[in-house]
Amino acid sequence: MIVDTKDADPVTMVVPPAPKARASLLWLVNPRLAVGLTILGVMGLGSVVLPLFAPADPSVQASYMRNLPMSQAHWLGTNALGQDIFWFLVFAIRNSLTLGVVVAIGVTIIATIVGLSAGYIGGRFERAVMLVVDTFITIPLLPILIILGALIRGNTSFLTVGFIIIVFGWAWDARTVRSMALSLREREFINMARFSGANTLQILVREVFPYVMAYTLVGFINTILFAINLEATLAVIGLSKVEVPTLGSIIFWALNYNALFTGHHVWLVAPIVATVTLFLGLFLTSTGFNQAFASKRGVA
Amino acid sequence: MIRLCDLKISYRIGSRVINAVDGVTLTIPDGSIVGIAGESGCGKSTLMKAIYGDIQAPMHLSGGTIEYGLKGADGRPVTPATIRREWFKSISYVPQSSMNSLNPVIRIRDQFIDFPGTDSNKKRVLERARDYIGRLGLPPEALDSYPHQLSGGMRQRVMIGLATFFQPELIIADEPTTALDVVVQKEILMLLMDLQEQMGNTILVVSHDMGVHYQVTHKMLIMYAGRVVEFGDTESVFADPQHAYTRMLIDSLPTIGDDSMRGAVASAAGAGGDRAYRVEAELIEVKPGHFVARPAARDGAPA
Amino acid sequence: MTIILKTEGLNKVYRRGGLVGGRSVQALRDVDITVEGDRPVVIAVVGESGSGKTTLAKTLLRLEAPSSGRAVVYDTVVAGPGATPSRRAFLGLVQPIFQNPFEAFSRYRPVDAYLHETARRVAGMSGDEAEAAVAEALRSVGLDPAEIRGKYTAQFSGGELQRISVARALIPHPKLIVADEPVSMIDASRRMIIINLFKKLRDEAGRSFLYITHDLATAYYISDHVAVMHRGQVVEFGPARAVMSDPQHAYTRLLLDSIPTTRSRWRPRRTAAAG
Repeated sequence: MIVDTKDADPVTMVVPPAPKARASLLWLVNPRLAVGLTILGVMGLGSVVLPLFAPADPSVQASYMRNLPMSQAHWLGTNALGQDIFWFLVFAIRNSLTLGVVVAIGVTIIATIVGLSAGYIGGRFERAVMLVVDTFITIPLLPILIILGALIRGNTSFLTVGFIIIVFGWAWDARTVRSMALSLREREFINMARFSGANTLQILVREVFPYVMAYTLVGFINTILFAINLEATLAVIGLSKVEVPTLGSIIFWALNYNALFTGHHVWLVAPIVATVTLFLGLFLTSTGFNQAFASKRGVA
Repeated sequence: MIRLCDLKISYRIGSRVINAVDGVTLTIPDGSIVGIAGESGCGKSTLMKAIYGDIQAPMHLSGGTIEYGLKGADGRPVTPATIRREWFKSISYVPQSSMNSLNPVIRIRDQFIDFPGTDSNKKRVLERARDYIGRLGLPPEALDSYPHQLSGGMRQRVMIGLATFFQPELIIADEPTTALDVVVQKEILMLLMDLQEQMGNTILVVSHDMGVHYQVTHKMLIMYAGRVVEFGDTESVFADPQHAYTRMLIDSLPTIGDDSMRGAVASAAGAGGDRAYRVEAELIEVKPGHFVARPAARDGAPA
Repeated sequence: MTIILKTEGLNKVYRRGGLVGGRSVQALRDVDITVEGDRPVVIAVVGESGSGKTTLAKTLLRLEAPSSGRAVVYDTVVAGPGATPSRRAFLGLVQPIFQNPFEAFSRYRPVDAYLHETARRVAGMSGDEAEAAVAEALRSVGLDPAEIRGKYTAQFSGGELQRISVARALIPHPKLIVADEPVSMIDASRRMIIINLFKKLRDEAGRSFLYITHDLATAYYISDHVAVMHRGQVVEFGPARAVMSDPQHAYTRLLLDSIPTTRSRWRPRRTAAAG
């Protein structure tokens, strides 16, 4: 590869120049990420497509004979409430995932905006903002949700729960983004952009954000995990709207009807397996991205 | 006396193999300071690491040999595989920016004591260290300080102290003064020259600064693209450089009091591309003790 | 006579540590430099680390505000009380070149994006006019615009990146270019390409330079004036030739003495052992 640039040093002449960063995404692929994305892909796609084929609204009780074993008609059998376990599970996964994604979007947008601007602008603005952020961080989320849930027992709508998780969950990520912005602020290309006439907003979007993007992606996925987990915890305790199928509410009902002791293991085991698989998918995807970004930084 | 025979160090990028050191044959004499010059990417740091025995994946020794002319503790000659055991005993290394290589949470005196030295009596080692510190131009309190309490120049003296404490026969200093101010640089270089004269050992100094080479070294080695371009007594190389690349390196140094146009050679060379400097691996003796390599064949492929 | 550069009692104190009991570091101490003239000049500021030369550059570039004192560049007050120009006007007057060519551009953006931004936002050009200005700036530093277009930092060498930085700085036709250690991270043999470029730009394009460096030899080579700084103060200032060949201050003499030259040895070389 002959590149006749005027003062190239000998090694760069022999090694071909790096291709444009965004052109090929091959560097992303590693086994961990592939497995994670596959799991998520299957579950996500399934939870979106399958409900279209549902024979009936699975949350309606007494649709079928109760406690039927697994069969052709009912792939996972039915539960003590007369609901088809399989379809209930499918809807549950869909609802949980939707909640997770919506919360993650909300948290990521707020955390990124707040963190970037605080870290970059600095001064009094930063101090004021970080005071707010730190206050939110120290407020313990679970007890608040439990209190709220207990107060409005069972009438907390699904989306309200999501909204509350956003309100109390953005602070942690904001702090991390802010410290990244803080260290980026000192780098020379920021000054270069300033002297090229860019204003603060343009610098944040064009210069700072690309460096933060990798973290944002990983943080997004982690937040999905966090949100689903939290909702499931609340549902299991019985503090969210347990008629709505979610991963947590299945477990709630199964526990309430003593599925373990009455021998109806499928009712309890199926959602647990589904939850663990979903979390595994999210975790592998998140760490897979992390690994891909880290190895790219090492080479590039 | 260290003898390198057609040494090759390579690594892989994708499906291609790159030779960072591409066939170096050389005899490094005892008891002198040898300077190694060349620009970034020429392979000088890799060569030093090879001699020091610090080649790790993805690099590996793909061809040739290194004969150290030393005997290890077991009485057998040292080879590239066993050189590690000689670290800080027969051979030591002062890395670039080594001021940051000191353990920040340990006091200086503990860094001396922690050495895998031959003397297990820590008190004695500490006594010797205190004596030695004075010779390095450091105040006695330096031993009891933490690294961050010392200036960059002082830390570099500590590094040199650690490297020379056991009076090794070979010291490799990779850009030992690059990160230092010019006044401190002169002091450190003078110190190195003093130590070398007293101990009579061999020091390899890597630097991109030709002025440093002129002041400090007895012999000079110029590298380009993994090969040796010129080798000889420093006096001879500076007074009568044989290869165009050497001439370019010397020409690009402006000197105070000298009003002539500098860097003209470098700028002109740029037009033809750097392939003008590629050489073959073999060195030819053009004057007593002064070797130069032939330009490579037209397409740059090694002969 | 235009005032090219004038600092009056420039002081800068940095406070380290918390609200109570921090340490303060005086980075600039009563810096008074005056350079007047009608022709473009290269002013060198030489000194070791901690001398204050980088702080001086930052003050003139308005990246730091002085604790007291004033600075004037080309008859315009840029720092201190009475500092007038708007951001845009200032960027058209003073432009920087920084030390680290590899950090000068974001990894994720093509390098010519910065040049286009400068042409559009600072010089106020648009469309074809901006394109032409960018191309011409690149040519004036010896680079081919077609070779630069759309490429990223990782695809260039240090010397090329620094030249691209120079090209960017030239686009708004600034009167003064502040170069903070522009060649210290480039191989010694490649430095002269950049230094000679500064010379050419001064002579042919009429740009003045403030050349901050610890390398006295290159300072001697291209400067008209030299200021020697030590611990925040200017210990010597004058025409380059005079200061270098007949230094008045002890510190300047010490600096000059410490440079490893190829003309005379610090100590006689004892003959190496035969080997």
